[in-house]
Amino acid sequence: MKGNVIKYERDNIDTDVIIPGQYLKVHDYAELATHAMEGLDPNFHSKVKEGDFILAGRNFGCGSSREHAPIALSHSGIKAVLALSFARIFYRNAVDGAFLLPIEIDEDAYHNILEGDQIEIDIKSNEIRNISKNQTYEMKPFSEIISKIIDAGGLFNYKPD
Amino acid sequence: MNIVEKILARSSGRNKVSPDDVVFAKVDKVMVHDVSGPGVLKVFDKLKKQGINTDKLWDSSKVWVAEDHFVPSAEKVSAENIVKLQNFTKNYGIEKHFKYGMGQYGICHTLSHEEALVLPGEVYVGGDSHTNTTGALGAFACGLGHTDIAYVLLNGKIWFKVPETLYFKLNGKLPDHVMAKDLILKIIGEIGTEGGNYKTMQFGGSGIDAMSVESRLTLCNMTTEAGAKNGIVEPDQKVMDYLTSRGAKNLTPIQGDSDSEYSKVFEYESSEMEPMIAKPFSPENTVVVREAPSVDLDKSYIGSCTGAKYEDLEAAAKILKGRKVKIRTEILPAAISIYRRAMENGLLKIFLDAGVMVGPPTCGACCGAHMGVLAKDEICISTTNRNFPGRMGHVDSQTYLSSPLVAAASAVTGKITDPRDLK
Repeated sequence: MKGNVIKYERDNIDTDVIIPGQYLKVHDYAELATHAMEGLDPNFHSKVKEGDFILAGRNFGCGSSREHAPIALSHSGIKAVLALSFARIFYRNAVDGAFLLPIEIDEDAYHNILEGDQIEIDIKSNEIRNISKNQTYEMKPFSEIISKIIDAGGLFNYKPD
Repeated sequence: MNIVEKILARSSGRNKVSPDDVVFAKVDKVMVHDVSGPGVLKVFDKLKKQGINTDKLWDSSKVWVAEDHFVPSAEKVSAENIVKLQNFTKNYGIEKHFKYGMGQYGICHTLSHEEALVLPGEVYVGGDSHTNTTGALGAFACGLGHTDIAYVLLNGKIWFKVPETLYFKLNGKLPDHVMAKDLILKIIGEIGTEGGNYKTMQFGGSGIDAMSVESRLTLCNMTTEAGAKNGIVEPDQKVMDYLTSRGAKNLTPIQGDSDSEYSKVFEYESSEMEPMIAKPFSPENTVVVREAPSVDLDKSYIGSCTGAKYEDLEAAAKILKGRKVKIRTEILPAAISIYRRAMENGLLKIFLDAGVMVGPPTCGACCGAHMGVLAKDEICISTTNRNFPGRMGHVDSQTYLSSPLVAAASAVTGKITDPRDLK
């Protein structure tokens, strides 16, 4: 999976800025996408392209259980969010609904990957390759259950052993 | 095993579980509201296209539905969501649907305890992050997104990684001017908004024993702000009495074993507790009220599942009795049953005499939905749970989180005020 990075160098990017509360009544996925990240970056919708990745700090997606958050990002074209850590509900919503991949990264990746870098994520080898800089970083492997749900394509397609 | 491990072991048919085990837990109760309900229906539409049958729920009697975020409807999209909910409960034969304008209704988490919908030892999941609230009744109560709730509605079970448990011990009864809200703000200030991520936050000790059930609900409610999977208090006689007085029967509470294990224990002395606030823009940004910045407030908001239970209204009334508010003040009881008690016991008169606007039960401005959202640069003190940028309205508005005592005292002075300093 290859894409370009949109970087927000901050922690605790919460669901209220990913998709503000006033849009919770909206259930049209395309319309939600037009308001993605509105609370933090009003230009997000005009700059995001299909296949892009978001890179951020700790506790990405903290706050509410709104599935609108991964939906708005996914329908904006975001295929993965790379962050130092994730809030639990955002993480499981992203995986169980098969909206996007939540990739846990280390400080090396966080500091060296910059806005606009083209990167490739390989979840089989747990590697992130920075094509722009010719660097490689490790990602934290998914736990067994998460890995199986991702492979199945979401919770509804996953058959417990 | 501790209480959460025992509940998850029982619900997954295992003799023993330990932190990090992945289990499929049988669910006892499920809740959706006017945001997550239509969200779940969108998931159902997707599933139908994939050939998955969504005609029947696993057990309609275990599902209940609240109307809270955008009610009473302010515009047509919200009104249509209420119609969708109505059709949902009709089509699937769900009897427990609390409709606004038809007797008891209110914020979903408030109904969970006011109506004794969730019992000790149960696994309860809701399509809302503050589902954690109900752990105060001794249940495993956890918030989930639309896909997970759809999965539960069709299959009656869901996967959980067994969480490790942080144990918060409170020694001694809280002083009169300090509320459970102050304690949970202090805790979040110390462990941070990620401090409880993926974990259980359990509360115990003589200070918790001395607390009312409603105060414990406030503690568990805001475990969400520390990122916790759930909050919990071991159920005691107070919880049993609270639930049986609301019609609950056949209670089968679970307690942790005497050798319960916790990954970390935090200890607090009640005598050292003071009124707290969380400054913008995070619940972890806490300071004692007497060290709060001197800002001119525009508004005081006493509402939400966190801060508009009966006890919260009583606290506000204690301050507002015989006084006038200096800034716009809204009080929105969290359920009709609370509204009614406030009327019968004279609280509404105290509020109206003070100049307060008393509104209907709704999540309202807590989540920036409606009913008093904030304009650019407006500053609000609020008994709600989050103060992220834009949470209560404009992204450049500001919210200070506090107890109802502090919010009411601040309403009287127009500044952030410790109730002890009110003349």
